[in-house]
Amino acid sequence: MSGHSSHGSHEFAGTARQFAIVWGWLVALTLVEVYLAYIHLAVITTLLLLIGLSVIKAGLIMAYFMHLKFEKFSLVLALVPALLICIGLMTLIFPDSFRVLELGAR
Amino acid sequence: MSEQVREVALESPWAGGRSPFAIGSKKLGMWLFIISDALTFSALLMAYTYSRVANPDWPKPFPIYPAVVFSTLMTVVLLFSSFTMVMAVAQAHKGNRSAAARWIVFTMLGGLGFIGLHMYEWLHLIEEGVRPFSNPWGAPLFGATFFGLTGLHMTHVAVGVIYLGIIAFGFGRGKWSAEDVEVSGLYWHFVDLVWMFIFPMVYLMSVQYEPAAGAVGMLLGR
Repeated sequence: MSGHSSHGSHEFAGTARQFAIVWGWLVALTLVEVYLAYIHLAVITTLLLLIGLSVIKAGLIMAYFMHLKFEKFSLVLALVPALLICIGLMTLIFPDSFRVLELGAR
Repeated sequence: MSEQVREVALESPWAGGRSPFAIGSKKLGMWLFIISDALTFSALLMAYTYSRVANPDWPKPFPIYPAVVFSTLMTVVLLFSSFTMVMAVAQAHKGNRSAAARWIVFTMLGGLGFIGLHMYEWLHLIEEGVRPFSNPWGAPLFGATFFGLTGLHMTHVAVGVIYLGIIAFGFGRGKWSAEDVEVSGLYWHFVDLVWMFIFPMVYLMSVQYEPAAGAVGMLLGR
């Protein structure tokens, strides 16, 4: 009845082709980021765009390479929201960094 | 009583079933470590980015060529090592022990390549005069935050290469299960994931635009 063994090698989801496509997207998004840095936008604009793209990349890595897409959703719920809330709380002090810029220092 | 408790436990994962997430405890342990480590890196990245935005005289020591081209190459190498790692895990689950070990060795080579490129970059900055609490260009804190953040990441890569070496050696010789390979893969992908934030926040946010940015700059007439 409770003969559940945790190392029963149930198939690892995802194919080589799928992983290669994800890798291609990750490289492509990296090149977009480099281009964004190259065209030299305002600091805040660059920062927001880069963070947005990086979050997409992190999502791809977690979903496919770290297999989270194929795990039980309860695991995602246990791990991801807590992490996001903690990071969100850290960002509360971040707007203070704009203060010097807004005071007109160059 | 205990029989009844067990019945309830097996009924629903939310009722405290033995394996509510349907993964082994090693994998859950690694995930919990990854979450706490992610918070460590978040705090360091936040400190770096805060200082970066708050200091108008923040140093911008990374010209498009060679520094940004170089760090882009490091990023692609690290991403490729993540791809070889996921191939290793897939082979391990299929039971192909030697193929899995071979893919892990490729992953380790990627990691070593990354460390080599990164050390070169570090030495270059140190030669230019960057120290933890001083540098020739501006906000003195640049060195401390840069070396602290990238140094901790490089330590993670180095530890990962050793960890993967042990796993490749043991797994290739018939020790351990596919889950152990998968758990080491989780760690490796996490190290890759952290770099996906360090690379834009540190390098791309501190690009040196003038004077004309080297070879690529000249090519494109900037």
